[in-house]
Amino acid sequence: MTDASVPQNVAPPPAEVPDVDLYHAHSWITKYVFSQDAKVIAIQYAGTAITVGILALVLSWVIRLQLAFPGAIPFIDANVYYQSVTMHGMIMVVYMLTAIFLGGFGNYLIPLMVGARDMVFPYVNMLSYWVYLIATLVLVSSYFFPGGPTGAGWTLYPPQSILTGTPGHEYGIILMLVSLILFIVGFTMGGLNYVVTVLQARTRGMTLMRMPLTVWGIFAAAVMALLAFPGLFVACLMLLLDRTLGTSFFMPSLVELGERKDYVGGSPILFQHLFWFFGHPEVYIVALPAFGIVSDLISVHARKNIFGYKMMVWAIIAIGVLSMVVWGHHMYISGMDPWFGFFFAVTTLAIAVPTALKVYNWVLTLWHADIHFTTPMLFALGFLVTFVNGGITGLYLGNVIVDVPLSATLFVVAHFHMVMGIAPVLVIFGAIYHWYPKITGRMMDERLGKIHFWITFLGAYAIFFPMHYLGVLGMPRRFYEMGETAFVPASAATLNIVITVIALAVGFAQSIFFYNLFKSLKYGAPAGGNPWRAASLEWQTPETPPGHGNWGQQLPVVYRWPYAYSVPGAPEDYLPQNAPPMRGEHSP
Amino acid sequence: MSVMGLFFVFIATVAVIWLVRQGVLESPWLEEGEVAHYRRAGGAAEPPTAGRVGLAVFLAVAGCLFSLLAAAFFMRGDAPDWQMPPIPGVLWVNTFLLAASSVALQIAVFAARRADAERVKTALLVGAVTAALFLIGQIWAWRELLELRFFASSNAANAFFYLLTGVHALHLIGGLVALARTTDKVRGAERITKELTTSVELCAIYWHFLLFVWLLMFAMLIGWADGFGAICRRLLS
Repeated sequence: MTDASVPQNVAPPPAEVPDVDLYHAHSWITKYVFSQDAKVIAIQYAGTAITVGILALVLSWVIRLQLAFPGAIPFIDANVYYQSVTMHGMIMVVYMLTAIFLGGFGNYLIPLMVGARDMVFPYVNMLSYWVYLIATLVLVSSYFFPGGPTGAGWTLYPPQSILTGTPGHEYGIILMLVSLILFIVGFTMGGLNYVVTVLQARTRGMTLMRMPLTVWGIFAAAVMALLAFPGLFVACLMLLLDRTLGTSFFMPSLVELGERKDYVGGSPILFQHLFWFFGHPEVYIVALPAFGIVSDLISVHARKNIFGYKMMVWAIIAIGVLSMVVWGHHMYISGMDPWFGFFFAVTTLAIAVPTALKVYNWVLTLWHADIHFTTPMLFALGFLVTFVNGGITGLYLGNVIVDVPLSATLFVVAHFHMVMGIAPVLVIFGAIYHWYPKITGRMMDERLGKIHFWITFLGAYAIFFPMHYLGVLGMPRRFYEMGETAFVPASAATLNIVITVIALAVGFAQSIFFYNLFKSLKYGAPAGGNPWRAASLEWQTPETPPGHGNWGQQLPVVYRWPYAYSVPGAPEDYLPQNAPPMRGEHSP
Repeated sequence: MSVMGLFFVFIATVAVIWLVRQGVLESPWLEEGEVAHYRRAGGAAEPPTAGRVGLAVFLAVAGCLFSLLAAAFFMRGDAPDWQMPPIPGVLWVNTFLLAASSVALQIAVFAARRADAERVKTALLVGAVTAALFLIGQIWAWRELLELRFFASSNAANAFFYLLTGVHALHLIGGLVALARTTDKVRGAERITKELTTSVELCAIYWHFLLFVWLLMFAMLIGWADGFGAICRRLLS
């Protein structure tokens, strides 16, 4: 070691990282539009994702209005209903959540948190965003084609997805498949960047076990996404060929409207295997970054190191590995071998172990901590409650015998909205409130933030909690209209109306957030470099917002983990990762 | 999906070994005194370059894609309507061409390490030409099948033939673009720098991967892997 200030008890850095040759923007267009700076790309990604997310939010109102007032609104016919269900699901899961966590937070936070100047392949990173944007535009453009977007449900199961009975079977389904293929191509370019940047561009002293859990979560999710998205890619490609060239990968021989189709012997179950090989890891691709971000929010705002850092890392890895072998639990009612179902039930329930471990560690981090109830902290706590709630219903559905009657009811809708809808969205809000000062240099309004939190959190509960009861009553999901049934009482219709009214209100209440977001850009209180007094590296940049190349002349050197809060003997209640070590200090 | 399972076990093993080497199991803050004589990952004298790691990750993704296609091939191959098309004889020539291309690029790597610029240029050219001939041969095979009226829509086995060879060809075309850029750089360069050697090496690794995938794919198409497919299906049902 040449650096004399590094004492013997600090492990030397992993590798000398040569400075990345930085791309320097010369014009306004290359600086803000076709930018290769990860920070700009992150904002482009997040902006696009939030924009289509708003579209998907409006579509959810269409669904809710039909469920509450069947037939009362003239333009919502069965086609529009199914198209809204499909587009809402697909946009939220793929184009919003995946894009904002990996493309948005991944791009912004990875280079800053590991002490890199930028992503390793900036040009590919830029391409990634533009391909994602084209994919989004292709998807949305299906509204302007004859027949509109596809109404096949977000799972796109053949044979129904490409037969004439389904809305959008002419153009909608083709555009959907092309858009997904483009999305995967774009994502793969981004994903390569996130993984290789974490592997290669960490600054001196930043060992793997000193990375913030946010980076660990995004890293693991990116690896999983790179391995899982090919499943969707193959499924989409083959379905596209079935639709356009008349191949029979998935299409069995069938008679449609009295006419015998040319398809022979295809296997719809094969599609389900390929789809869910992607579809289940997708849940954790969204959840793992959320886990990571929540760990950091809780630690910073509770002024305490995260409890069991090493276990948290192992849990992320274990969840990542396990989640690749559980896809069959989405297919319990597809007529699979009972032993197969048994295998998938075991792996599914086994995921509860590392997940519960993480929840315990979050709770133990809060135990006897100096909790500051800031807006990000509130959102993190809201996530904890929501996630535990959604996780527990997951245990019900993971058991084959319980799943069979509950499958295809609103119970499933309530479960997955709790666990991968509301919970990650709360984290996104929390993360935006937390990192907004770093991105813009100004604080968001705390009072508006708290109002936004309570409306969103309580409102989301009021929407999805009663839905469990509707599911247990046997109210089916995906149905356009219930009509008269022997088992659903009239009060269920009243409950549906209540849920819809609250859903509309909560949706509109999000304008508080957007008002806060845009108002604070100009009128927010100046934040300074490190308003939360956080220890991790992104708060130690010489400029706020971080300039081009992030670190000025010299890359930072890291001496400890990112959770050095309330360290005894330290001058403040936190020690930045790059502050030189104290005498006798024993931080990890 | 057993193929996918095997591939996944392979990836997971690599990842876990790597993580342990990176020290995820260690607790440096609990060790007293002289901690951590730092061990370099892989024990290599030099850390791998970003390009090399990037390529490795990309090959894992491509491997995942091909494993899934193979899994789909075996699962769909169980149906009673499955009828493999006759395999055009030109595929044997193509296999030879792709192998030759791979060998040529490996020769280019050796030459680049010895800084033998002339030889690198020749070997790269030979590699590119044989790879291009392979692509032409593949198109030839498609035409032959189409003339015999084995259409993608008439049987899923035909469709898989076109799909597998098509996806493989697209990967090769992508590789040719990278190879063309490398060749261009080598031509413009006065001597073989370390950077150039790396890009030649990356091309060669990519080519070996594509040859490996092609050999497995070819075995599947001519039916040498039927026994393996049967085992996979037994595991699943």
